[in-house]
Amino acid sequence: MPKLTFEDLEKIRDQAQRAMAVREGGNVRAKVNVHMGTCGIAAGARMVMTALMKEIKTRDLHDVLLTSSGCAGLCSQEPMITVELAGQAPVKYVNLSEAKVLEIFEKHIQGGSIVKDYALGIGSERTDT
Amino acid sequence: MRDLSLHILDIAENSVEAGARRIGIRIVENHRRDRLTLEIVDDGRGMDRALRERARDPFFTTKKERRIGLGLPMLVRAARAAGGTFSLSSHPGRKTKVRAMFQMSHIDRQPLGDIAQTLAVLIAGHPDIDIRYVHKVDGWAYVFDTKDLRVQLGAVSLATPHATTLITKDIHDGLTRIRRIS
Repeated sequence: MPKLTFEDLEKIRDQAQRAMAVREGGNVRAKVNVHMGTCGIAAGARMVMTALMKEIKTRDLHDVLLTSSGCAGLCSQEPMITVELAGQAPVKYVNLSEAKVLEIFEKHIQGGSIVKDYALGIGSERTDT
Repeated sequence: MRDLSLHILDIAENSVEAGARRIGIRIVENHRRDRLTLEIVDDGRGMDRALRERARDPFFTTKKERRIGLGLPMLVRAARAAGGTFSLSSHPGRKTKVRAMFQMSHIDRQPLGDIAQTLAVLIAGHPDIDIRYVHKVDGWAYVFDTKDLRVQLGAVSLATPHATTLITKDIHDGLTRIRRIS
């Protein structure tokens, strides 16, 4: 079990407080969701989530909210993520690799422009027809 | 699934879906008996008999989004392919326990994979759920419990980059240590 040093404790508290302030202030710039169902995990969702965690850490971002959820119903197109910038429609990206995730991070999450080549569609799908 | 750590992630995600607040992951490597045992216990809502039976059917899922399940059956198949066994015990409102046993030296036994990455992703995705991970190698044990971290951190979220980095490193170091001394 990790024994936290005083510095670790301070650093974790500081990161958590900054993230909390962003959330409470309604200033979350981007929400990124990784689809972590059986299909996603088998296709590489853990690698995708790890890559996103690493980007958020190295760039020291506090306004990007990373979450994981279950299967989105498009198992053959996993791994998938949904990126939602504040005030914009969510975009689903499919058939991801680590390189594609990094490109999406740079261009869409940071730069604000959708990477159309990897996007499935824009908006939330409806399952009831 | 390519390795056991991915099966663990998948089963634990099922626990989360079942409303678990606490998940126990236990791995026991016993070289003398040539056995590797994997157990995942959760306090989610549990399954009744009918659901328990159907959970092993690859074509069953509780999800509305798709028509087939596959998660548990893949672990059953992985255990059987490696000369092992599988058991599932669950009742509504009681603890659910998934247990898979493998013949450690079996040529078809899947490698353990990156357990640290599995735990980091689980914790980052579900920072409010408590996870206890126990890994034993021939009598030596490494124990990681998010509860112990919470005692040190107070109400601070575990989903911060520095926390997950520390957790990953501690698990890597802990496993290396028990492998070296055993």
